Amino acid sequence: MNKKINNCFISVNIQKDDFDVNAEIKSIGTRKIIGGIANFIGVVRDTQKEKEELVSLELEHYPGMTEKAIITICRDAQKRWEINFVKVIHRVGNLKIGDNIVLVITASAHRKESFKSAEFIMDFLKSRAPIWKKEHYKTHSSWVQSKEEDELSLKDW
Amino acid sequence: MKILYFSWLREKIGVPFEELEVQSENVHDLIKELIRTDQKYALAFEDIKSIRVAVDQKLIQNLNVSIKNVKEVAFFPPMTGG
Repeated sequence: MNKKINNCFISVNIQKDDFDVNAEIKSIGTRKIIGGIANFIGVVRDTQKEKEELVSLELEHYPGMTEKAIITICRDAQKRWEINFVKVIHRVGNLKIGDNIVLVITASAHRKESFKSAEFIMDFLKSRAPIWKKEHYKTHSSWVQSKEEDELSLKDW
Repeated sequence: MKILYFSWLREKIGVPFEELEVQSENVHDLIKELIRTDQKYALAFEDIKSIRVAVDQKLIQNLNVSIKNVKEVAFFPPMTGG
């Protein structure tokens, strides 16, 4: 889903496939106005909560609403900071330890806007985008519980 | 109306979505209406505080939100993306 609002290009994709960070950064293209590009990549880790090693992480989402919710978050970021480009890719399906989960790229004239907006988008994405994680171990599976601190961190913005 | 369930709610209800003719006019009454039809809803909606609701793909904060003329209502636990 692509949107151009004011002078900001917003692109949101929910996909099973992996992403190529370099290719995505290159996709910003040459724009005279951009002076700083920030990117965040979330990867699957073994939370080591259990005695067993994580076999896979399953990600489920609400098709349609996920894209809309993330675009709303990006637009909120764009209202706060002068950013020219936002790209969010979130993977769904079954992932393994070390696999990419999410990519957020923000670009603007200055670094602070890029850093801040990328952090803002990630913070809100965690508890406002309809995505759920399930951890699969050899002998059992469990849904990841939302963290109170994630919800509380939104109040800081 | 299309009613969707995600994550452990989907597992408890047993289907990802269902098309139902409902009488209720708001989300609160819809939950009560579902609970009256089958025990599985009572179990799924046991801890109502841990359930989030979206009406036509928009998160709502209050269960009194009207569902008149809406296309879909979704129930799910707190989100854990990122």
